[in-house]
Amino acid sequence: MSPISGVDYIRILPELVLTAFGIAVMLIDPLLKPSDSRRGLGLLSFVGTLAAIAAAVYQMHYYGLGWFGMVRVDSFSIFFHVLIPAISAVCILASLEYLEQQKIGSGEYYALILFGTVGMVLMSSAVELVLIFVALEISSISTYILAGYRRRSASSAEASIKYFLLGSFATAFFLYGVALMFGATGTTDILRIQAQLAATNPGILAYVATALMIIGLGFKVAAAPFHIWTPDVYEGAPAPIVALMSTGPKAAAFAVLLRVLFATTGTGWFWLIWISAALSMTLGNFGALVQGNVKRMLAYSSIAHAGYLLVAFAASNQLGISAAIFYTAAYAAMNVGAFAVVSHFGSAGERYVSIDDYAGLGKRSPLLAFTLTIFLLSLIGIPATAGFLAKYYAFTAAMHGTSATHPTALVWLVIIGVVNSAVASYYYLRLVVVMYMREPTVSEPPAPASASMRVALVITTIATIYLGVVPGRLLDYTTLAASDLQPKTKAAGMMGARFKSLTDLEVKELFRRSSHVTPAEDNRSGSQEKKRVDNR
Amino acid sequence: MVPLAWYLVLSAILFCLGIFGFLLKRNIITIFMSIELMLNAVNLTFVAFANYWNEHAKTVAEKVVPLSGQVFVFFVMVVAAAEAAVGLAIIISVFRTRETLNVDRVNLLKL
Repeated sequence: MSPISGVDYIRILPELVLTAFGIAVMLIDPLLKPSDSRRGLGLLSFVGTLAAIAAAVYQMHYYGLGWFGMVRVDSFSIFFHVLIPAISAVCILASLEYLEQQKIGSGEYYALILFGTVGMVLMSSAVELVLIFVALEISSISTYILAGYRRRSASSAEASIKYFLLGSFATAFFLYGVALMFGATGTTDILRIQAQLAATNPGILAYVATALMIIGLGFKVAAAPFHIWTPDVYEGAPAPIVALMSTGPKAAAFAVLLRVLFATTGTGWFWLIWISAALSMTLGNFGALVQGNVKRMLAYSSIAHAGYLLVAFAASNQLGISAAIFYTAAYAAMNVGAFAVVSHFGSAGERYVSIDDYAGLGKRSPLLAFTLTIFLLSLIGIPATAGFLAKYYAFTAAMHGTSATHPTALVWLVIIGVVNSAVASYYYLRLVVVMYMREPTVSEPPAPASASMRVALVITTIATIYLGVVPGRLLDYTTLAASDLQPKTKAAGMMGARFKSLTDLEVKELFRRSSHVTPAEDNRSGSQEKKRVDNR
Repeated sequence: MVPLAWYLVLSAILFCLGIFGFLLKRNIITIFMSIELMLNAVNLTFVAFANYWNEHAKTVAEKVVPLSGQVFVFFVMVVAAAEAAVGLAIIISVFRTRETLNVDRVNLLKL
């Protein structure tokens, strides 16, 4: 067994940085007087998230396995190590204003965001099921507390308890799946599970284990039929926290799903994902049609978007993985932005959250209404926004991957998805119409956005439009990340047996654009990894 | 020597009891206890499989890290304890605002 070396620490550097800043916030908080502003702590944790992003970029030179093969740094993990702290950074910026608005004066709020982020990023780089479970719990426990942060409000406490009970219920399922997978293969190391399942015919135990893990993670990503908690929790929880938990843990849980599912190809999860995707899209969009509360409406929309993402999963080819990864980034940009506007507009005690309150916002606060419109158009999937391309890639991937046993299954899924997108445009556009075409019911204009909130909105707007207009660079990177997830050896053969994978020409075409990065990095990661595996 | 299957059946029964408790009980504390029951059922599965694989390990020695299954139980117990600490705090905050622990009456957030 190889001893722990300095490189091992670099492989968890972003987690270490976030933990250090979180602890610093916890230590400084009691030194401040209760009446002092906690703004400085917020800015400190903002710096912490930026430092974590820098640490993740630094990791690019240290691909490979660390900590006895429990953590794997590759393009895939680095993508999420940049995305998730970036989400947290924007949410912290939005929270600076929110906490003052709601008169919540305690610093551990920021520490909890940082600790939650540690769990989320660790989920994306862990390749050991028990470590994934621990990381999942680190992120969940922090978000349970944050959901109930408006302590005096009964609805916030209720959101917290519902999230807690259903979240722990789901975790128990995930853990049972881990235990059964351990029983089926004798290991909890994802890479070894993959080898084991490929070598022997997976027994019934592996099937049940995969199904249970999908149930557990399905809860976390709010995919139907495990979505019941979402509207209630999103309505009651503080708006900036909803921005975080509708994107961060979701992206992390999707990362785990990708890692787990593609290690267990051949355990028949195709139809589970298919049904879940179809149900999520349909229930999410039709549920959103009848909502009167903006947070609730966005909650149902988030269920629907989980469905679109699962369409890319069901495709189960390189394109699908890359589309799913791209989707998490695009969805994060637009959804965090939308919730930041909702958070600002809600004012003290989150009074203005019903759709009617948004009447005439176009006149009262043109800039705010304009940014919200951009996010809503992106959520619909209007061209030139991130949402359009994300959906386009997801559906294209599904059209490319044809299940061998059910040739038309994926085509039907795409048809369901397109019909749903049309339905979805109704409720998003309704909000836009209310903002611009109705007379204001409240005469006074909303309070001007603070500087930090403006920065948050500018970042998310630019990200939404940037990903919609020039997605090339990110797409190259997601393709690279997708190739990391699928070791080229056995996986290709296994996929071929079950699904029509991409022809060689298409794969080459996809990689041609990123070829200036691929060979060098591939070699380095390949040889390093081999060395580490040999050591073990 | 008790066969592996018995342990697995027992833990499956415990897990299902936990699920039914979660779905049928109306008191938040009881629901929370049902979740703990589910986690402990998983612990039993872990230990049973660890024992099974360790006996197995004499033939396929490299495949199994000895004791790994038993150690996972400690991880699960620590996480469950952390969850309990946070969960009970949340339950207290619900009780303070609503003066009830019946889930049917904690229903502000509904369509």
